Amino acid sequence: MAIELTLNGKPADFAGDPSMPLLWYLRDHARLTGTKFGCGIGYCGACTVHVDGSARRACVTPMSSVAGHAVTTIEGLARAGTLHPVQQAWLDEDVPQCGYCQAGQIMTAVDLLKRTPAPTDQDIAALSNLCRCGTYPRIRKAIRRAALALRGEHA
Amino acid sequence: MSLSRRDFLRVSMSAAGGLAVSLAWPHRAAAEQAMAMKLPPAVSEPLGAFVRIEPDGRIVIGARGCEIGQGVRTSLPMLIAEELDVSWSAVTVEQLDYGLEERGTPPTLVSRYGPQGAGGSTSIRDGFDELRQVGARARWLLLQAAGAEWQVPPERLRTQDAQVIHPDGRKLRYADLARRAATLAAPQGKLPVKEQSAYRVIGQRVRIVDGRDIVTGAAHYGIDAAVPGALTAVIARCPYFDGAVAEVDDSDTRRIPGVRQVLTIEGPRPGASLDRNLAAGVAVLAEDFWSAQRGRQALRIKWTPGPGVQESSSALEQRALAAFEERGKIARQDGDFAAARRSATRVIEHTYIEPFLAHATMEPPNALIDLRGKRALLIASLQSPSGASRMVNAMTGIARSDIAIKLPRSGGGFGRRLANDFVAEAVLVAQKAGAPVKVIWTREDDLQNDFYRPFGVHRLAATLDASGRVNGWSHRVAATARKYRAEDMEDDPDWVGCVDPDGFPAGCVPHYLAEFLRVEFPLARGWWHAPLPTFAAFPVESFLDEIAAASSQDPLDLRLALLGSPRELDYRDHGGPKVHTGRIAGVLREAARRIDYGRKLPPRHGIGVASHFTHGGYAAHAMEVALSGAGELNIVRCLCAADIGEVVNPLGAEAQFMGATVCGISAALNLQITVRDGRVEQANFPDYPLLRMAGAPDVEVFLIDSPFPPVGAGEMGIPPVAPALANAIHAASGRRLRRLPLGPQLKG
Repeated sequence: MAIELTLNGKPADFAGDPSMPLLWYLRDHARLTGTKFGCGIGYCGACTVHVDGSARRACVTPMSSVAGHAVTTIEGLARAGTLHPVQQAWLDEDVPQCGYCQAGQIMTAVDLLKRTPAPTDQDIAALSNLCRCGTYPRIRKAIRRAALALRGEHA
Repeated sequence: MSLSRRDFLRVSMSAAGGLAVSLAWPHRAAAEQAMAMKLPPAVSEPLGAFVRIEPDGRIVIGARGCEIGQGVRTSLPMLIAEELDVSWSAVTVEQLDYGLEERGTPPTLVSRYGPQGAGGSTSIRDGFDELRQVGARARWLLLQAAGAEWQVPPERLRTQDAQVIHPDGRKLRYADLARRAATLAAPQGKLPVKEQSAYRVIGQRVRIVDGRDIVTGAAHYGIDAAVPGALTAVIARCPYFDGAVAEVDDSDTRRIPGVRQVLTIEGPRPGASLDRNLAAGVAVLAEDFWSAQRGRQALRIKWTPGPGVQESSSALEQRALAAFEERGKIARQDGDFAAARRSATRVIEHTYIEPFLAHATMEPPNALIDLRGKRALLIASLQSPSGASRMVNAMTGIARSDIAIKLPRSGGGFGRRLANDFVAEAVLVAQKAGAPVKVIWTREDDLQNDFYRPFGVHRLAATLDASGRVNGWSHRVAATARKYRAEDMEDDPDWVGCVDPDGFPAGCVPHYLAEFLRVEFPLARGWWHAPLPTFAAFPVESFLDEIAAASSQDPLDLRLALLGSPRELDYRDHGGPKVHTGRIAGVLREAARRIDYGRKLPPRHGIGVASHFTHGGYAAHAMEVALSGAGELNIVRCLCAADIGEVVNPLGAEAQFMGATVCGISAALNLQITVRDGRVEQANFPDYPLLRMAGAPDVEVFLIDSPFPPVGAGEMGIPPVAPALANAIHAASGRRLRRLPLGPQLKG
């Protein structure tokens, strides 16, 4: 029986191996390659997506567990061509270097700001996504900028 | 390669009827034949061009380099835009493919775009003159076209914001001149370029051009490549160096839905060159990654261990320490260090140890290859497309001009992708499979099959005369040579990459000795993020602080005294031929000033400084740390001062120094690759713990306003980090750590 889910707001289904991680369904079957493979063990966060609005590491999330749920990927974050304030903050702070981890960083930051609209330094320091280029200082700035924008204040 | 009379401009009509401008450099192997080559007729440019000005007003600038996170997709087109005299906001940047093609009779290989690889922080240095000339030449053509249109000598015209302006104020858009310009003969010789004061693009704080693609998930990396019918391959590689596949039972694998083929590939012969794939293995080909990975996990393989099965890091370290009993190869000798030692008032001597390091690019190695008879298509995250082109040619016999290579973004490089072993694997698998193949590595594959930063033990000795001045310096390095089983390094001595014979304080002390003791070990070695400088800086800059402490001198004053008067010294390795002592002193002074060096600090706080000359650029770090009694390290302040000459994109350059500093802290504190029973012990990120957000300090970057020609920015920011940190830890606690990584020793 096919697994049915909502993918970036649209119905989708998958008839393959239910143990397949969501990451590889997204990349190889839905052809949404913005979600990246980094470690395969849920450690680095490059594959972070949202399941029902909460951050989830797609490389260790089997397809069977998302049946009936809503999955949002980096491709589904902007609405009608308008960037999410977190995406905009990433551009404003010129965060990406190689950029490979940034989809996961952004999805993680969106999740943080949804739970914690005014994050403390400790809240931000608790984020565990890896960046091999060392963009963390600019990520911190971008999160603070996005937090202000989401609360309707100016940076 | 610099511009010379041998290069020529190619002017042609774009497909949409506009102006297309490219250069063609004679390919290195055929440079002497290139003089006889003829300009092709003006035809459409199906392969792209450096500059395209379309009748609809679009201004498209081609980016030639491999974008690995160093920002060349932004900074190199900026150079063209400056001289083309267009505002940056009007420019669209397009990534160029690897541009090798055959032209003329007899056919000769020409490089359409010049150097396209990424390594050694050379992109800006190579491109600064060349690419400004590209822009200047395209602008020259547009001026000629406008002059013809108005019947005015072009010298009387000027340009601004993609328009040519008549002395009476009339204007013509580049777009309206493009068609005419495309019919003109190219300018001869080098054109004048702008004075720095006239820059409108260079020196601006420009954000990366594909930022929007990155934050929306639309940017393409090698791992995202797809061609119809391609199979995904994962490879179970022999975990033993020079081992082989003894037996494979793939019966369970073949039952997994989606698995299409299982095949064996051979590794290098023991002792042979490591210029192809690194290991023997069993490849599982499937319709998607997950099926291939499940298939791989279901394999039952017996490996034949290679001759290195007994090897371990602890045995290597013992061998390296024992090596100092012998004499090695002398890389540089000034005066007579042995005599200086005999007559010295005081001798200070210490030993430092540096581990193997893996690159751990966030995007694991991968390559997609489609072999179609006499043609091939390669899409991969690369740093050396020319190397990949040569390799595919050697392995398949397909002419290099018929090997199309796409250059998607790379998820990091750091030197890992200067090797193309993963391309070789894709070719081997595709040849056997008879289908297009995309090989994808897992993180475990990556950490265990790398060209690692060499392991080394450094023994440093300094002699002091009666007045406390350093008059002799000996730096002996017992290391696994970086030059290891590599055919293309035959001309270099084997200490290259491990010994920096002309690094500071060479030339600043009368008696100087640099010596290499080669220690054998079967792990592949390669280039790791500022390879030699990173390897050399930790022992040298730590030892300088140790001399200062032992002789009651201030560490900064000691360095400045040794550097002496500002002057140029010979420097043979990459970044030479000269190193300027005044510029080293300049970055040290700036870092010290910025951190308010010498101020009174709270208890358990300390400031450390270090500097290094890297690939033609100069950087110094200053760090203030606090170390609790329990060994908890807090980097209170971390800053870097750098002199990289004229800066093309300060926003990008600051990012490079910030990132390199964080990477440097990561490696200095926590990273090492170790071997036990002939296998790499680390498997995934938990064993190779890159810094996370919590451990990464803010980094203040100060770029010195410098009149010198630009060099890159990608690597200069890493070498001084580890010694600055070790020096700060010593200043805070009195504990001198002489082994990397530092982290495990802090709580010991």
